[in-house]
Amino acid sequence: MSEPLLEVRDLKVRFPTADGIVKAVDGISFSIQPGETLGVVGESGSGKSVTFLAVMGLLDLKAAHVEGQIMFKGRDLLAMGPREMSQIRGMKISMIFQDPLTSLHPFYRVGQQIVEAIRVHREISKRDAWRQAVEMLGRVGIPKPEERARQFPHEFSGGMRQRAMIAMALSLNPDLLIADEPTTALDVTVQAQILDLIGRLKDEFGASVAVITHDLGVVAEHADDVMVMYAGKVAEYGRRDDIYYRAHHPYTWGLLESITRIDQPKTERLRPIPGQPPSLIFVPSGCPFHPRCRHVMDVCKTEIPPLLSEDGRHSSACHLSLREKERIFAEEVAARA
Amino acid sequence: MTQYIIRRLMWVVLVLLMITLIAYVIFFVMPPVDPARAFAGKRPTPELIETLRHQFGLDQPFYVQYGRFVQRLFLGDEYGWPGFGFSYATRSPVREELFQRAVITIQLGAGAAVVWLLVGIPIGIVSGIKRGTLVDRAAMGFALFGVSAPVFWLGLMFLFIFWQKLGIAAGTGYVALSENPVEWFGHMIMPWIVLALLFAAFYARMVRGSLIETMGQDYIRTARAKGLSERRVVVKHGLRASLTPIVTLFGIDFGTLLGGAIITETVFNMPGLGTYVVQSVFRGDLPATMGVVVLGALAVTVMSLVVDIVYAYLDPRVRYT
Repeated sequence: MSEPLLEVRDLKVRFPTADGIVKAVDGISFSIQPGETLGVVGESGSGKSVTFLAVMGLLDLKAAHVEGQIMFKGRDLLAMGPREMSQIRGMKISMIFQDPLTSLHPFYRVGQQIVEAIRVHREISKRDAWRQAVEMLGRVGIPKPEERARQFPHEFSGGMRQRAMIAMALSLNPDLLIADEPTTALDVTVQAQILDLIGRLKDEFGASVAVITHDLGVVAEHADDVMVMYAGKVAEYGRRDDIYYRAHHPYTWGLLESITRIDQPKTERLRPIPGQPPSLIFVPSGCPFHPRCRHVMDVCKTEIPPLLSEDGRHSSACHLSLREKERIFAEEVAARA
Repeated sequence: MTQYIIRRLMWVVLVLLMITLIAYVIFFVMPPVDPARAFAGKRPTPELIETLRHQFGLDQPFYVQYGRFVQRLFLGDEYGWPGFGFSYATRSPVREELFQRAVITIQLGAGAAVVWLLVGIPIGIVSGIKRGTLVDRAAMGFALFGVSAPVFWLGLMFLFIFWQKLGIAAGTGYVALSENPVEWFGHMIMPWIVLALLFAAFYARMVRGSLIETMGQDYIRTARAKGLSERRVVVKHGLRASLTPIVTLFGIDFGTLLGGAIITETVFNMPGLGTYVVQSVFRGDLPATMGVVVLGALAVTVMSLVVDIVYAYLDPRVRYT
């Protein structure tokens, strides 16, 4: 395996608050290979967005304590000064966000906003930057890009705005594109288009992608690796097929079962995961998922399950034995999903 | 846009009519003094009062008087256009006095506006960016003081300290700019500051709140994600969005001030519209009172129109048809 583009080692992000310390990210490690796509899946508050805000250097360091290493092309982003970091941010690593309706500045023309992104990092004339911005808008599938570039964000539909965000993010040909819930705020019909667009442009630009989502269905098609997060920890991590066809963690099973399938006859109701995501201040003892787990054992309540791998690739943090995991998956999960 | 402005100007006229009508009704429902009797001097004969009543038009029914007032206003009278009639109290044309005093009030208001914008907005910005720091706390302490200090007290304290004790400021009264620019400035500076302080404090809080809210928006995160410097994020993306609502506020506040800053004018003994309207009300001087009412209402309605037009240029989401 080649040198990973991004390698995060034992990342911890803590927010001290009046009520206690919020352990938003509690010691996670993962890596992204050049040209590959990582899907990061978890509920709200599982720490998935915070992890990548840390990668972007967008966390307010007055409010957050960040520990660990974020190695990008062999250099630790956490050890960089703000000036050096802003060279990488937007240029080498760029990010698109959940809500395209509010992510573009309402007072500036869409073209201008892309021009600004280009000219922060590249010394080219406004005219050339504008030409480039128009070209990018065309490449993300916006019709009549010359005209559209002169419009304001409110004149764009939601899907078009997300396309414009993608155009902006890719305008400097970054090595890594982080997409934080890129389709959550969009119409279902537009979601697939945006995901396909990201998948296609990734290959065209030769970039790696991290897609953050709460919906396993979103990353089913495009991800190479999938990381499932729960309560700031990695619950399960592996190649896509490991997660979809050989999942080992009860939380992943829950996520798989709650994917809506419309291509199969409606035989059973969706089975939601019971309970609420845990507080990140008073994390449950032992396995953080144990209060909601259908297969909970005594050991789960006292001991934190380590993230263990059976084959060096596919790992999960669960006290169940491998045989049990395989049996339950085959009998309960695969039969339904 | 032109159509929109024309439509809005028609509204201005309508609002003026409504306001003046209400002012008239108030005057007639509870007349504080009989203007004719007040004007006639000591021990007037009933005939004299009757003559004066006729001269003032007070013997006419209420609606005829109001009709004449509106007619004068729109068509002008013997003293020029727009006609405001003559003052019951001084028997001189209201128009002339009104405009003289309006000039003073405009100077007071415009100078104060410059001061409060120059003080309030930077304080708001700094304390919004440095939220929670000592600077922020000091600024908000100042703002609390400014908002809670009564203007009359502040004015008197300024006069006491800077005029009487230190002798470094000119006292009360007004000197025309054309007469003596140095004296003019000396007499204006304290009223400007006193009048501006309340607004400056209020604006500092508004700007701070608006900036903090803006800096939490998604598009600010996008700007940071582009790799912009923090300064550029604040100036180009944060301030642009957070100062726009301040324009609305400023237009209305400034318009209101042009109707007369009663307390400041009184404390500093400045012959502006504020002192004029107070005098006129006490004297039962209806034409003079109406003159100030018309100017004040006009200032507010026109300023709000200006604000709406400016806003359409500042915020591309707003378009008028």
